[in-house]
Amino acid sequence: MAQPADLLTGMPAGTAPPAAPPRPVWLYVRRWLALNSEALRAVLIGAVALGLFLLAWHLLTTYRVVFFVRFTNVPSPAAVYESLTRAMHDSKFMMHVLLSCRRILIGFSLAALVAVPLGLLMGRFKLIHETLFPITEILRPIPAIAWVPMAIMLWPTNEQSIVFITFLGSFFPILVNTLHGMSLVDPVLVRASQCLGAREVSIFREVYFPASLPHIFTGLTVGMGVAWVSLIAAEMISGQYGIGYFTWEAYSLVQYSDIALGMICIGVLGLGSSTLIRGLGRLVMPWNRT
Amino acid sequence: MSDIKQTRGHVEVRDFGLSYPTLDGPMPAVTNASIHINPGEFVSIVGPSGCGKSTLLNAVAGFLKPTVGSVTVDGEAVDGPSAERGMVFQQYSLFPWKTVKGNVEFGMKMKHLDKASRDRAARTLLGITGLTAFENKYPDSLSGGMKQRVGIVRALATGPKVLLCDEPFGALDAQTRVIMQQILTNMWQRLKISVLFVTHDIDEAIFLSDRVYCMTARPGAIKAEIAIPLERPRQQSMMMSSEFLALRRGLMSLIREESLKAMGGEISDLALEGLSIDMHGQSFADVV
Ligand SMILES: Nc1ncnc2c1ncn2[C@@H]1O[C@H](COP(=O)(O)OP(=O)(O)OP(=O)(O)O)[C@@H](O)[C@H]1O
Ligand SMILES: [Mg+2]
Repeated sequence: MAQPADLLTGMPAGTAPPAAPPRPVWLYVRRWLALNSEALRAVLIGAVALGLFLLAWHLLTTYRVVFFVRFTNVPSPAAVYESLTRAMHDSKFMMHVLLSCRRILIGFSLAALVAVPLGLLMGRFKLIHETLFPITEILRPIPAIAWVPMAIMLWPTNEQSIVFITFLGSFFPILVNTLHGMSLVDPVLVRASQCLGAREVSIFREVYFPASLPHIFTGLTVGMGVAWVSLIAAEMISGQYGIGYFTWEAYSLVQYSDIALGMICIGVLGLGSSTLIRGLGRLVMPWNRT
Repeated sequence: MSDIKQTRGHVEVRDFGLSYPTLDGPMPAVTNASIHINPGEFVSIVGPSGCGKSTLLNAVAGFLKPTVGSVTVDGEAVDGPSAERGMVFQQYSLFPWKTVKGNVEFGMKMKHLDKASRDRAARTLLGITGLTAFENKYPDSLSGGMKQRVGIVRALATGPKVLLCDEPFGALDAQTRVIMQQILTNMWQRLKISVLFVTHDIDEAIFLSDRVYCMTARPGAIKAEIAIPLERPRQQSMMMSSEFLALRRGLMSLIREESLKAMGGEISDLALEGLSIDMHGQSFADVV
């Protein structure tokens, strides 16, 4: 009599080690659903709300509602979608997007590379903190956009001043959060490391740095948000390229659907970059389950 | 190797005093304390709350400098913390960003031991304490008893001369505490190191120690030194023996006196003795 073949190995069932009794798939599906019901609920509600938002937008624009605000000139979702399909084949639009991304990448990376080490050093060494803290506190409340004229004077090219604005926007959130993280490091953990033979450099690397990492990542997330805000503003004021410039140009050229396209594009890019940072944070801090 | 170990870990605290600077001038926390730990000895310090037990222990660890007197280990003055003196903390104080094994390997990493021997030592120690299944877990997912086992193993992994414990089992429930005491005794006997153990649990001090120092209320001084001649290995059942109970009574009365002093001395002993309130479901205000 032929033995039924094992599903996984393809070998006759008799030769395989005794397998666990087969569990019906639906049981796993049900458990998975039960374990993830909260997340599923959120996704479902979010999707429905998004749909309603699109529907409202569609109705408001097709009927050109005027009720305090005027929807007469606001493009409809369909018009924006049309703009999008056109833009996807337009190398100029892609260049705007890529240039903005490049500015973010450079400005934000520089800010992180300067602000994180600086925050760690300020948190660890009193003298550095006492020296630099008053300066950073005065510069911090100045919005990056207010730096535009100064940036234009400081930097020889437009490109550099826009990157500089982006850098400034993300610099202070990252610095402040790193400092905050450093101030919350549990001194008992530092003592524990000293009792295990850790010296200055090791304490810094093995205790202060990982202990502040959750706050550093909060700073990076906030900093990324502010970087986009600053970049778009700078591009609108002094740019020649970039998604912020694209949006402003669309207004000047009376291409209303491109305005909405630019805005949505900025939103998606901002969301994408903060998701990237959050994912990176989860990768770097597997112990941190928040 | 074990011969060398037995001659290590001689702690000598002589005429020790430590004051904390405050607005009202230096506030003495510990005065005139002299204690010693012979190599391989298990010594406890008991005393009322705030009498300076942690202060004394932290001075031995090297975190605090004595205002007067001296702290030496094997004849060398203590100057700052070092891996020679391992420490176990009440709050566990594991590195949350390291796995159980990562925590245990930390001290060996600081000693620049190679990965293979670190790995071997960590696994052995975790095996002895029954933590093998948890070696890749993060501390957050462990129970208090497990965390403290990791804390002890981590401190022992560097091969310290002395193990310092500041109420390490204070946050654990009674059953877990008993198991932890046995694990600690077991490790101590295997490794033959000196232990200085701070606790306010008298039973714990007697059960674990070769000698117990009893401190006075603040500013703490050494009030008495009691040898615990109970044989080893010690069993849970010994806690019912008349010998144990006699030691317990003795230490109790010493501590009680100081605890009352530490609370301000206003509560008279007599008043407490007659105090036996049967509430019968009423609130305290009704009874009084
Ligand atoms: N940094 C400090 N500055 C001022 N006073 C302090 C400081 N640290 C401790 N003290 C005081 O010194 C005394 C001894 O403190 P210590 O922590 O050594 O006591 P303890 O015996 O360990 O108490 P507990 O049983 O509560 O742990 C306490 O009265 C405490 O208030
Ligand atoms: Mg204490």
